Amino acid sequence: MSPPGHPAGAEPVDIAGVGIHPFGRFEDRTITDLGVYAVRQALDDAALGRSDLQATFCGTAYGGVASGHKVLGRLAMTGMPIVDVEAGCASGAAALMLGAGSVRSGQYDSVLVLGIEKMPKGIIRSSFFDGWQETAGLSATPAYFALRAQRLMADSGITDHDLASVVVKNRRNGTANPDAMFRSEVTAEAVLSSRMVCPPLHLLMLCSPNEGAAAVVLRRRDSTAGAIRLRAATLVSHLPGSVLSESTPMSGLCDDSIPAPTARAARFAYEEAGVGPADLDVVECQDTDAARELMSCEELGLCAAGEGAGLVRDGITAMGGRIPVNPSGGLLSKGEPLGASALGQVVELVRQLRGDAGGRQVVGARVGLAHTIGRGANASVVIVGR
Amino acid sequence: MGGDPRLLGSECPGCGALHFPRSDTCPYCGDRPSTACELPSRGTLWAWTTVHVPPPGYHGPVPYGFGVVELDGRIRVVSRLTETDAGLLRQDQAVHLVLTEVGEEDGTQMVSWAFAPSGRDRR
Repeated sequence: MSPPGHPAGAEPVDIAGVGIHPFGRFEDRTITDLGVYAVRQALDDAALGRSDLQATFCGTAYGGVASGHKVLGRLAMTGMPIVDVEAGCASGAAALMLGAGSVRSGQYDSVLVLGIEKMPKGIIRSSFFDGWQETAGLSATPAYFALRAQRLMADSGITDHDLASVVVKNRRNGTANPDAMFRSEVTAEAVLSSRMVCPPLHLLMLCSPNEGAAAVVLRRRDSTAGAIRLRAATLVSHLPGSVLSESTPMSGLCDDSIPAPTARAARFAYEEAGVGPADLDVVECQDTDAARELMSCEELGLCAAGEGAGLVRDGITAMGGRIPVNPSGGLLSKGEPLGASALGQVVELVRQLRGDAGGRQVVGARVGLAHTIGRGANASVVIVGR
Repeated sequence: MGGDPRLLGSECPGCGALHFPRSDTCPYCGDRPSTACELPSRGTLWAWTTVHVPPPGYHGPVPYGFGVVELDGRIRVVSRLTETDAGLLRQDQAVHLVLTEVGEEDGTQMVSWAFAPSGRDRR
């Protein structure tokens, strides 16, 4: 099956500007405030005025009705189509896919893609579960993460210490990211002695839902030298049958060969971009929990299936390694504002490719990949290049 | 709570897959209608953990066991587990279906299903 809507050889789209409101907790700011901040920064970065954009796609999962309109209304930018997009953890990437498609097809020359979120605190009460599932205790989201982690550890020979190493790596990277929520290092001992949430996952192995916004301006390619190109923006949902799929079914088939959404999104994105895992210089991937980063890396093809442990043990995904993963600090450092998360990754990749990433710069980065996976299931893979 | 509890699922006449909960359309091949059936009440443990913090909307006891059991090699079912110490469970352990109390809602005792270690695995 070829990626629908992504014809081979389609003209790339430029990323003309990016903006981000730091991820964290901001009691005195509304979700609209966060969005306004990110959009202003992206327009300034693109050197565009408010009348230069022809459509807006806004990713948010918890924002509510007309979230995008409220942001653009504050900026006197209404009048164009404004579409809110929900796809769980991949909401921002879904908005990006729609925005990119609208430019690629010739419908628009310039579009704004926005992601905004202000998450409730604690374990999130999701409208995804039915009342009877909540009553029976089947709505404990971290428990599903833990079951996936246990299976991965069994299949790939990953230890508790390997999981702690992922956290140590990402938290170290996060110290150099002023937009991250957590900017202090942690030791493996601290990770393994933090409160057990659902075995094998300790508290410090799980990302925090939080607040933030990110914005990206897309333009039809105008052969500007040095422009960052959006080479693929792919979104897929799950194929049925996997009991631990992010679609969170109550049952599944006894079949371990069903392709994971991430693996499918990656395959389509690599085809669309004309690159493979070996061509990547930098990766931002979904590290909802420490095991998820290693699972994501395996599914993205950064290593063979079952060899995720080597990525951390051999420093392959560390800064200075063969393929640095989550130089931003990942969700483990930044936290996860669902609608903004995927676009925050894209902002990071653009900064990396421009050489603007400061103390977390991956030297000479030319091709970057961003990945999200979450409820739906939805998986996205975005590839950018220069 | 006595008796011999069973989970009600369905079976696809087209591809033969079992589903839980019951569904009139096969979630795998789209065939319909599926036939209602009772699922096997014995199986083996496939994945497990423990929930220490009550999730939103849940009013029952914590901690509680949580995992996936495989029934007859035909279906994997997400389930509560009676064992709350993950360290006492092992891969492919024999388990069987029981009923378990999951707290009161509006003065009514709520009951759900769970799987418990079987035979000499029982603790």
